[in-house]
Amino acid sequence: MTGYLRDAAALARKDLLLELRGRETLPSMALFVVATLVAFRFALAGEAEAASEGLLWVAIVFTALLGLGRAFVPEREQGVLDGLVLAPCDRSAIWLAKVVATFAFLVLVEAIALPAFALFFGGVGAATLAAVLLANVGICAVGCLLAAMAAAGRARELLLPLLFLPLAIPIVAGGVGAGVTDDPGRYLGFLGLYDAIFAILAWASFEYVVTE
Amino acid sequence: MLLGGGVGLALLWAPEDADQGISQRIFYIHVPIALTAYACFGWGAWKALRHLWTRGERYDLESYTAIHQGTIFGLLTLVTGSIWARVSWGVWWSWGEQQLVLFLILFLFYSAYFMLRFSVDEGPSRANLSAVYALFGVVLIPISFLAIRLAENFIHPVVFTREGPQMSGTMFTAFLVCLAGTLALAAALYTNELTGKRLDARLRELRELLT
Repeated sequence: MTGYLRDAAALARKDLLLELRGRETLPSMALFVVATLVAFRFALAGEAEAASEGLLWVAIVFTALLGLGRAFVPEREQGVLDGLVLAPCDRSAIWLAKVVATFAFLVLVEAIALPAFALFFGGVGAATLAAVLLANVGICAVGCLLAAMAAAGRARELLLPLLFLPLAIPIVAGGVGAGVTDDPGRYLGFLGLYDAIFAILAWASFEYVVTE
Repeated sequence: MLLGGGVGLALLWAPEDADQGISQRIFYIHVPIALTAYACFGWGAWKALRHLWTRGERYDLESYTAIHQGTIFGLLTLVTGSIWARVSWGVWWSWGEQQLVLFLILFLFYSAYFMLRFSVDEGPSRANLSAVYALFGVVLIPISFLAIRLAENFIHPVVFTREGPQMSGTMFTAFLVCLAGTLALAAALYTNELTGKRLDARLRELRELLT
């Protein structure tokens, strides 16, 4: 098991280093989320406060999509994925490493997005914060598997949002519920359940996505 | 034939609903179609699991065909549900109807399944991807249902309950006959499509051998 975790850690480190040197994904995600929030402010001029919780969640899901679309691009472009699949490590370690890396990106972007949201729309509650963290796990777990799937297809940039959004609807429902109701516990529990079920499913099935 | 009999029973034999009158009779078509769609999705996911398990090539085609049937029946559910909503409540679409919202999400999900299938070249890799996505679908059904139930609490503070009268014996029989009819129809379409697809694949193999 330690070997498994070491493999995953090495792969995640590779992704983070690549981003640190290249700085391709993070700045565009950060810009995108702020621009989205500003655009939403004008889309709902007047009653933005009432619906703002929903805007935050749509912005997060779209920003995550932007990052996930890039997740397997380096691997595919250089044929690294074939090498990784052949390497003597468990294939699901590749998935776990990707989840860790995208989770880190997402948290960094949200560290910009949430203060910006609080500034524009006024306040972020503790329940929203907890829901965002829980939702990140589910978004990354499902998203990394689907990104690997979409990367195998021809129109990968088109395919990923189509595959991902129907699966993200429960996350948005749970997240908005946690933010706007008096009893966030049920919604946080639901997000946790979603994370657990889909993380196990993605972890178990990733091998079939990258092998033939 | 079973379906025809069921429709006949539903229209002529079963007593009319006191509140909704004639429009209630669409229930005998709408609900069996919805259940059949679930059955097709479940069957497709089961075949997908078998495929990942045993690597049998035939399961891929069977899973695809079942999901194809399920999507068609799912679309029919949306259409009949929408008609029912129009007649009963005067609107074509109601977010309060949880089953319909669920079918909308599922329809989007399984449409993406076809996009995935058509964008990957034929081969073991496509079969694996489709199978994994089909498995996700069958897990998404209860999760989405739960999400819709939870969302109901903050989108519609007043819970929309429509306590219909208990089904009487004749109504229930008519309903069961209709359900059996749609299931039989789905099974017939499934075998028919499967035979066609297999024939198609065999024909392509032969043509490749010839050239």
